[in-house]
Amino acid sequence: MRYFARKIGFYAVAAWAAITINFFLPRLIPGNPVEILMSRISQSGSPPPGEAKTLALLLGLSHGNIFSQYWHYLVQLAHFNFGISITDFPTPVSQIIASTLPWTIILVGTCTVISFMIGIVLGTIAGFKGGRWAEALIPSTTFLTSLPYFFLALLLLYFLSYEFHVFPLNGGYSDSVTIGFTWAFISSAVYHAILPSLTIILASIGGWLLGMRNMTLTTLSEDYVTAAEARGLPRRKIMINYAARNAVIPSITGFAISLGFVVSGSIAMEYVFSYPGIGYELLQAISNDDYALTQAIFLIITLSVLGANLIIDLLYGFIDPRTRQSR
Amino acid sequence: MADHLMYVAQGKSATAATTPTNNNYGPKAIVRYLKRLKRAFRSKKFIFGTAILTFFILVAIIGPVFATNPNGFVGPDMAAPSLKFPLGTDFAGQNVLYQLIDATGPSLLVGFEAGALATLVSVVIGISSGLIGGIFDEASTLFTNIVLVIPSLPLVIIVAAYAGSSGLTPTILVIAFTSWAAYARVLRGQTLSIRNRDFILASRISGEKLWRIVFMEILPNELAIIASNFIFMVVFAILTQATLAFLGIGDVSSLTWGNMLYLANNDEALTSGAWWWFIPPGICIALVGTALAFINFGLDEILNPRLKIARRKDRHPK
Repeated sequence: MRYFARKIGFYAVAAWAAITINFFLPRLIPGNPVEILMSRISQSGSPPPGEAKTLALLLGLSHGNIFSQYWHYLVQLAHFNFGISITDFPTPVSQIIASTLPWTIILVGTCTVISFMIGIVLGTIAGFKGGRWAEALIPSTTFLTSLPYFFLALLLLYFLSYEFHVFPLNGGYSDSVTIGFTWAFISSAVYHAILPSLTIILASIGGWLLGMRNMTLTTLSEDYVTAAEARGLPRRKIMINYAARNAVIPSITGFAISLGFVVSGSIAMEYVFSYPGIGYELLQAISNDDYALTQAIFLIITLSVLGANLIIDLLYGFIDPRTRQSR
Repeated sequence: MADHLMYVAQGKSATAATTPTNNNYGPKAIVRYLKRLKRAFRSKKFIFGTAILTFFILVAIIGPVFATNPNGFVGPDMAAPSLKFPLGTDFAGQNVLYQLIDATGPSLLVGFEAGALATLVSVVIGISSGLIGGIFDEASTLFTNIVLVIPSLPLVIIVAAYAGSSGLTPTILVIAFTSWAAYARVLRGQTLSIRNRDFILASRISGEKLWRIVFMEILPNELAIIASNFIFMVVFAILTQATLAFLGIGDVSSLTWGNMLYLANNDEALTSGAWWWFIPPGICIALVGTALAFINFGLDEILNPRLKIARRKDRHPK
């Protein structure tokens, strides 16, 4: 139980750190962000009553000293009142997040799982079998990993959408369908998700693959593998039950860092495909000086990543009993 | 191939003898590393990586002499590659090849500067936390782990956008201060493992000053890891700067590969089929990344012979 308590405690502290960073960020903005926002809002239409106060509290720039500002900011967050957006006036920020977050979570989540599994399987085989095929795998995956996400997205978009018209140019679904639990919408969404998925999988698979290959090579020189070989166990069994099961552990512990990379990469990817996810929304908010929306999105992305990592860590406690004992 | 066989013949004792954390004394360890580095040139991967990187560094130094005035409107708009313009022209009739050459220096420099700064931070935090221990270690480990799990790009994007920036320096600083954490953790672990070895204890007992122990005993023993971390961070910094520039955040005026891609994407390079404008900068970024990764693979083969033993053993199953 101590393992789980420690993990939950750590992520609680990390979440607090993220919330505090978020509190200090608006102080980097030159000028008075609340005034800038209010004048922008007045251009788009009449602001709802009390909006200036909401924004001031949210950006941590209300009256009083820094501690009272911080306290009011926390209270504001606890009520999920993130103000209204200029980018999509006058939609509340929380509503924009609710409509964009699922796109990113489903896309990034699915692709990360697919990429992880393919990478682990190929990495195990490459490490165990070796040979020419595996040797050729290293330079090619290294090259793929060195391609920036957005450039890979540009390449796929250019060749498969502009040149050969196989896939749609942008967006998350066709304009002719409405969002809902219908076959027309789901098939359109899947069709639009193919290129973005391909980008994430191609760009992230190399890391899993190489890491798994190296760990497999390292485990192969362990005594228990030699013992298994000496006992004449089938090679398949040695590969899966002896080498892979032990070699996969660092990949799971490295998940936290990798997820950060994938989320970061997918922001640029969503920009290229104009995918209606939270990364694209973040960039639009930034280019519109929509501070309220920017702040809220930063918080949501960070907290989602922390949440996903907490889940992985807790699962890991179940997978590897040693982690529960030693700490 | 010879060293392959040597490792196999000597089995695990060879591994032990070449592990970097063994009975080294300060300056001697450095000499040993240099010797080992010379051996790295036997690795094809290392040579391959070094050759590509050297090429780009030469282009960065010598290129601007030939590629003068990369921003001049010298040709027709969006011209396909020809003898006069080997990589065609962009939307304003600027020579893409010249831009590519002149962007090499700044693109590499961002990577190396941010990489060096991040390495410095990771070395200071990692070693001090492993060496001092106690409350300080607990606190800095917590801090490191928090920096590690908070995704960096959204933060970098917002800081760069809010602070508004001129020149590449703010970008370098932001990248460096968000990317050191993973390596600080590695170095802390390494410091913990060598802190209580005999040669460190011996110099402590003989009354060596702390800074001498750090610079003469600990640092040389971690040089290999630090070098490899540095290379990874350079790659990461180059990719992050390119991403920021591509998204139009930070300084958009200085000429880097990322900025070329930003302009190409914004000025309809894709719709007008001008592949010669956006493909070369991306390929350059990937080539530099690949070259650095290969240098690391080469170093790894030398410094971590287990990778080789295992593979060798497996090719000739008993």
